[in-house]
Amino acid sequence: MEWIDFATPKTISEAVELLASKGDRARLMAGGTDLIVQLRGGRRSLDLVVDAKQIPELNALSYSAQNGLVLGAAVPCYKLYGDSAIAAAYPGLMDCATLIGGIQIQGRATVGGNICNSAPSGDSIPAVIVLGGVCHIAGPKGTREVATEDFCTGPGRNVLEAGEILVSVNIPAPQAHSGASYLRFIPRNEMDIAVAGVGSSVVLDASGQNFVSARISLASVAPIPVFAKDAADSLAGKPVSEAVIQEASEKAIEAATPISDMRGTIRQRNHLVGVLARRTLNNAVQRARGG
Amino acid sequence: MPGVVHVQTTINGEDTNFLCEPRQSLLEVLRDVLGMTGTKEGCNDGNCGACTVIFDGRIVDSCLVLGVEVQGREVTTIEGLATADGLHPIQTAFLENAALQCGICTPGFIVASKGLLDEEPDADEGRVRHWLAGNLCRCTGYDKIVRAVLDAGQKMK
Repeated sequence: MEWIDFATPKTISEAVELLASKGDRARLMAGGTDLIVQLRGGRRSLDLVVDAKQIPELNALSYSAQNGLVLGAAVPCYKLYGDSAIAAAYPGLMDCATLIGGIQIQGRATVGGNICNSAPSGDSIPAVIVLGGVCHIAGPKGTREVATEDFCTGPGRNVLEAGEILVSVNIPAPQAHSGASYLRFIPRNEMDIAVAGVGSSVVLDASGQNFVSARISLASVAPIPVFAKDAADSLAGKPVSEAVIQEASEKAIEAATPISDMRGTIRQRNHLVGVLARRTLNNAVQRARGG
Repeated sequence: MPGVVHVQTTINGEDTNFLCEPRQSLLEVLRDVLGMTGTKEGCNDGNCGACTVIFDGRIVDSCLVLGVEVQGREVTTIEGLATADGLHPIQTAFLENAALQCGICTPGFIVASKGLLDEEPDADEGRVRHWLAGNLCRCTGYDKIVRAVLDAGQKMK
């Protein structure tokens, strides 16, 4: 690895100042499970690594049934699924937090880091998108909020400008009769990168028989995590049935623009989007009904 | 040398001081700076788990931690498991169940297993296999390792 300096700011403003002064020669590090590998492999060159883990706001982890979840960008996956109230409120988020890497990786890797790494295959990004997560950003010009579906702009690229950091992801409290689910396909049981992944969330009416609204998001089938709005909106107001879920899954495939690479072909990935969309919608419906 | 950092930490219960470059991983610090070669380097990118250590109570791949990050924290390595009285029950179970062949992955498996069994000595086979998915072994086929961990769990209750 090339020489780097390492800084441990204790405040957001200190971190922003350090990052702004170095431009693209500096980067914030949360769990380091992507960044250290990129630096060691020569895929990224930096002068300064800024540790995210000593800044209180980035370590925030709080949930209330009124205000929802505040998930600091430096909170590792294991803390997320180790909190029983959060795990009970957001099973769809637990789906991704418990399948990223292995237990060692989950001891370090963070959802905020996954979002900022902005890989098309990032497992937590679709899960956060379908839950309506909002990215809270701080930078030299102040703070701003960006919907998670608008955060990534290309493979490894996102809306963060020089000196800006992701402070936290805020996820609204789950609505009544709602449920979410994330599934991915990998050729192994664990420890792999998604060939394709789909997150779905649904809100049902009080009878549990009709869709009020839905959200669907796709991983590994486009340069960025896809928010398949048309597919999800096709469910709104319709009774829950195999036919409408099938129709939504076909629209989800239309939203995918996969490539063929070493992990899978275009045809396989389109097929997987359909299968995973149906399965995650059915899981989300079951969870919304209290199962 | 400019840029070299003095780090004060606790390793296997002992106050430890070292000098390192910020680019050095905890794995490099353990092996090359402190001479603690029990922790092994396998893939050096977070896939194989051979370098597993316990960092503030949680298992991590030490190749994916920078040495400077352990300032003021606690690290347990394979060297911290046996005591003057003898081997740790997991080490004994690995020997008794012949759960190793070449041995490179073994310290990582044992430390990772400690991370599980300290909390869940009753972990069942499925839980053990899932927990150890981040540790690769190219010799044993895993069965003997899983049996050893289940055996150790019973002895640690």
